[in-house]
Amino acid sequence: MNQHVSAGLTDPVHVQPTRLEDVVRLVGLKRRFGATAALDGVSLTVKKGEILGIIGRSGAGKSTLIRCLNGLERPDSGEVLIEGREIGRLGERELQPLRRRIGMVFQHFNLLSAKTVEENVALPLKIEGRPRAERMARAAELLQLVGLSEKAKAYPASLSGGQKQRVGIARALAARPALLLSDEATSALDPETTRSILALLKDINSRLGLTILLITHEMEVIRSIADRVAVIDAGRIVEEGAVWQVFADPKSEISRSLLGGIRPQLPSDIASRLIAGEGAETILRIDVAGEAARGALLSDLAVAVPGPFRLVHGGVDHVQGQPIGTLFVAVPGAEAAHLARVTTFLRDRGARVEVLGHVAGPV
Amino acid sequence: MSPVLFELLIRSIWETVLMTGASGLISLVFGLPLGLALVATDRGGIAESLWVNRILGAIINGFRSVPFIILLVALIPVTRLIVGTSIGTWAAIVPLSIAATPYYARIAEVSLREVDHGLIEAARAMGGNRWTIIREVLVPEALPGIVAGFTVTLVTLVGASAMAGAIGAGGLGDLAIRYGYQRFETSVMVAVVVVLIVLVCGIQWIGDRLVARLDHRG
Repeated sequence: MNQHVSAGLTDPVHVQPTRLEDVVRLVGLKRRFGATAALDGVSLTVKKGEILGIIGRSGAGKSTLIRCLNGLERPDSGEVLIEGREIGRLGERELQPLRRRIGMVFQHFNLLSAKTVEENVALPLKIEGRPRAERMARAAELLQLVGLSEKAKAYPASLSGGQKQRVGIARALAARPALLLSDEATSALDPETTRSILALLKDINSRLGLTILLITHEMEVIRSIADRVAVIDAGRIVEEGAVWQVFADPKSEISRSLLGGIRPQLPSDIASRLIAGEGAETILRIDVAGEAARGALLSDLAVAVPGPFRLVHGGVDHVQGQPIGTLFVAVPGAEAAHLARVTTFLRDRGARVEVLGHVAGPV
Repeated sequence: MSPVLFELLIRSIWETVLMTGASGLISLVFGLPLGLALVATDRGGIAESLWVNRILGAIINGFRSVPFIILLVALIPVTRLIVGTSIGTWAAIVPLSIAATPYYARIAEVSLREVDHGLIEAARAMGGNRWTIIREVLVPEALPGIVAGFTVTLVTLVGASAMAGAIGAGGLGDLAIRYGYQRFETSVMVAVVVVLIVLVCGIQWIGDRLVARLDHRG
């Protein structure tokens, strides 16, 4: 697989080497644990102000990757550049001031139970050696940002999961970091709380211009807030691009599989009736996105290639403001010429068409 | 009970409290850092050093495996070196402290080890150094367990200090043996037992209250 599919895919200007606006730049990162390669040559860049989502199954290397960014994990080889500075070979003591430039949000919140909410939020500043008055003022400001001012004196144990994560986010922002790392920040939360936490992260990103790198195993998270997505599998980036493009046209098997839950699939009862040979109806899958999806595709098809067809399943979704359609259409009859005209018309209009098979009777 | 015996009882209570308190304090001052060192130097700890860990562990196990009554006698030269005498309440504090320190170190170690590793990682991610992790994470998070363990140590010391009577340390145990047992003064025996029960319950009660106040883990 090509691991150098960089941001250049979506932004040709960006193929150049290190630029100042690259907050993070990873080059050929490798890390082994015994016999398994957790990272097997990862190269990535994160531009200033963007939200990059890294998605993969558990064990794909996501956690190792994110932990390499603040030196909690050391790569065996390769480079980690944060704001242009190589950190891979820095000692623990040199890493400490650098880590203050990077906020981190954790799946299990990792709040200190013995400290109040405001003390938790202010802890990064205490570590920096800031005076108490400044710490408390900043904590109050951040708690207001995350909507938890009234909980300042409470202990974390009395908070709900979503509130705990809001405190975690406030804490990560305390030292005014240049980069926010989110390690499965919403994986322990229910769907509604997940949405509110993601909205908060998005809001922080747009209001403060904060660069965010998040890892997740849920496409829904990527879809909600990421600008770009990198798909990691077995320690390699197998696919990378603008979120809507990967949603519209996933190139790798793993991306298709991860998208399975949130993109339309052929209903299983129809899929089980598909046969390869002759049948009463032919089932087509039509994928269309971007400009191609804005036109009157189906009505134009009906005019250009007269004859009935039925919409069986699917719809048009919007990701990053781009329409992405996946339609399952049944075309009666198995006349090869008619089918060819239909597929040719659709392909000419920029759609991807796949003949899935035939069904004996109407579905 | 005669006024003389009553006076003796009061003096013995003071001696027991002194022995327990002083050796308890010393075991806290030395045992807690020792417990921290055990956790920090262990595999995956914040100052991993396995050979230091093994040596510390072996020394602690060595002291803990010697029965207290033997330690009491064996340490007489050390006691004489430190206190100047091997007899009396102050002399008893030396072996009591030396026995209680490794005991408390192990108890503190258990509490410190239970601190969620994620919290240590969070402190590291914030740019904290080892000292920050100890001061802001390990000790505060383990504090309820550290205090509860200290309570257990104090109660154990009350019992152990009775044994120190064997080297003329005084205290309630000594009183009970010499008057209650050897001179058949049943009232002294009863009084000593009652005082010990009150003392132990008091220590436990204060300890429990303190733990409840410190524990915010919900």
